[in-house]
Amino acid sequence: MFSYPTVRTTFLFVAIAIIALAFSDIAITSINPWRDLGRFFLGVVTPDFFSTEGLATAILRTVAFAFTGVALGSMCGFLLALMYRWRIVRLFSAFIRAIHELFWALIFLQFFGFHPLTGVLAIAIPYSGIFAKVYSEILDEADPEPRTLLPTGTSAISMFLYARVPDVWDRIRTYTSYRLECGMRSSAILGFVGLPTIGFYLESSFSQGQYSEAGALLILFYVLIATIPWWVKPKLLPIYVVGAPFFLGEGLPIVWGNVARFFTEDIVPSPIRNNEGLGEFGAWLGDLMLTEAIPGIWNTVVLTQIALVFTGLLALLAFPLISTHFGGPVRRTSGHIFLVIARSTPEYILAYILLQLWGPSMLPAVVALALHNGGIIGHLIGRQSNNIKLRADAARGLNRYSYELVPRVYSSFLAFLFYRWEIIMRETAILGILGVATLGFYIDSAIQNIQFDRAMVLILITAMLNIGIDGLSRFIRRRLALQTMPTC
Amino acid sequence: MFSRLIRHTALSLLLALISIVPAYAETFVFTAIPDEDETKLVERFRGIADYLSKQLDVEVRYIPVKSYAAAISAFRNNQVQLAWFGGLSGVQARALVEDSEALAQGVEDQEFFNYFIAHKSTGLERSDTLPEEVRGKTFTFGSKGSTSGRLIPEYHIRKIFGEAPEEVFTRVGFSGNHTRTLRLVEAGTYEVGALNYKVWEKELEDGNIDTDSVKIIWKTPAYPNYQWSIRGDVNERFGDGFKERVKQALLALDDPKLLESFPRSGFVPASNDDYEPIEEVAKQLGIID
Repeated sequence: MFSYPTVRTTFLFVAIAIIALAFSDIAITSINPWRDLGRFFLGVVTPDFFSTEGLATAILRTVAFAFTGVALGSMCGFLLALMYRWRIVRLFSAFIRAIHELFWALIFLQFFGFHPLTGVLAIAIPYSGIFAKVYSEILDEADPEPRTLLPTGTSAISMFLYARVPDVWDRIRTYTSYRLECGMRSSAILGFVGLPTIGFYLESSFSQGQYSEAGALLILFYVLIATIPWWVKPKLLPIYVVGAPFFLGEGLPIVWGNVARFFTEDIVPSPIRNNEGLGEFGAWLGDLMLTEAIPGIWNTVVLTQIALVFTGLLALLAFPLISTHFGGPVRRTSGHIFLVIARSTPEYILAYILLQLWGPSMLPAVVALALHNGGIIGHLIGRQSNNIKLRADAARGLNRYSYELVPRVYSSFLAFLFYRWEIIMRETAILGILGVATLGFYIDSAIQNIQFDRAMVLILITAMLNIGIDGLSRFIRRRLALQTMPTC
Repeated sequence: MFSRLIRHTALSLLLALISIVPAYAETFVFTAIPDEDETKLVERFRGIADYLSKQLDVEVRYIPVKSYAAAISAFRNNQVQLAWFGGLSGVQARALVEDSEALAQGVEDQEFFNYFIAHKSTGLERSDTLPEEVRGKTFTFGSKGSTSGRLIPEYHIRKIFGEAPEEVFTRVGFSGNHTRTLRLVEAGTYEVGALNYKVWEKELEDGNIDTDSVKIIWKTPAYPNYQWSIRGDVNERFGDGFKERVKQALLALDDPKLLESFPRSGFVPASNDDYEPIEEVAKQLGIID
């Protein structure tokens, strides 16, 4: 068995996770975790759709921010994709997508404040980086044949529009509309830092223990995501995109002087700003690294590695729930519902809920990351397993699972898992805002102390860490010859 | 198909840019630190907005924020001109905005204090100092930027034990706000917590505290706290003497229902110098440079 590189890699990562577990902080610190969990589920089954006056507005804003942000992101991403052969563009794209939407929002909040632009850019910028990469991959795969058939002297633009784009247009459209669903989730969580989307109200009702109100918000959010195929039609798309900017809310006016101040003063390290010399700057940076960056990186990596393995475990356990090779329609339907809920709830919201219920430790974060990411991968490989044709006399039950199906889906399972490695790390950093001591915790603390210079250095470190993991993940996928489509 | 889409998206981008140009000029906007349950804050400050709007004859708007830092940033960025800050957030905000000043504080804010509270399972009783037995327990502050939820408790913990909170307690958390601290200690999620006495008393009065589960173990010495702070440039924007009018309006506030919602018995004049003790402590703890 160990002769297979995929198996060896698996055991290596499991071993790393076990070591990481030894260093991790896993505990349920609340005295009555199950009572609160019970109250929460009671809230979900007795939703109160009329308690918050802003419920309908929150849904509208969530959709509006998602559409505007994703539309802007896809346009900029498309332009970047055209220049993707330049190293500098690739680096730039990798950099902007390595910073999470919430961090972008926290940055823009400092100078645009509560203006709709904060939310739009927080989505559009990282999405541009992602779109750039995926679009360029799609464009590269366009069939070169049509181009050779065009008469000589055809302009580059015509050649691009008539010979290259039509071939991949469907894939671009499919990916973009898939990304819209991701945008909806991003938009929702922006509320947690103060933008007027669902997250804003979800945070309020949770922190006040109004679980019926929180339940109503969650249900509306699931319905919104689950019904996307019905209300997002290609024909209606231009209308949505044109209309969305009008429903972002008015916010507060931008004061442009703040923008200049942010870049020329706020984020300049304080020893340099106060002309204290390079020696002081070194001491400042050293202190920041020692007391915040290194502990933050350590915790981020530990948590990521544990969450990665639990994600894999959960995905492997969950995919039979929707596989046609097991169980009847009832089991599959409930499996589908479970996986839809798991994958449409952003990690941030799951972690927030679990932290409220179990108290602070790495446990809520691990469970949240595993549920969300495991739900996504479980859904994808479950669907894939349905395409596998088994012999009529194939083994049943556990043997069918372990000898027939798992080996056949294992490569693509690993491909998805490694693809999500970087995403899990990006989310792990963000969960720090909720109180787990990952990089996000120190970034949030610096922002709370109005020390944007420190926050900026930590955000840059987070981005570098993500870029590093992304590179490592691509290396491993190449070595194991794993191929996958992008997920979010 | 493709070119049509480009046309549409270009058009929508243009419209998007037009629509985000602000169309409202002279609204007086204020905010407040989110130190309590949001529902309560929104109710309280909408009342204040109505009151100020009548008194000042300008449109007044309250915007709720999700963090202390967001309140400070909004004040600094001139997106709000007035704010109800805590002691620390006020000091931080005024240091960032030239000529800004503390206008008025609650009567009670002149001599504010904190309660340290504990869950019944700890067996701790009320005493004259923070007892040695809290060592090794779990502990929650309020918000990271709070005076009564963070600054003052941390100051006393360090003074009494000579160590950082992380060394005294096995686990240190930030609940987010005072109501949340109360709920978490009441539920036993944390064994010990520190909160603003006003929140405790109001919740107690409203019958929202299970006094069998949670009790006060220590009352801190007094310090200056909450205040209304205003930007220095409001007169240029809203007319001469505007700052003074805001001050007088706040001092004259006597609607019992509004005062009750704070809860404060009234407002008295305040000055930046009143908050020097807070600044000292914040410097000692390295929260401000």
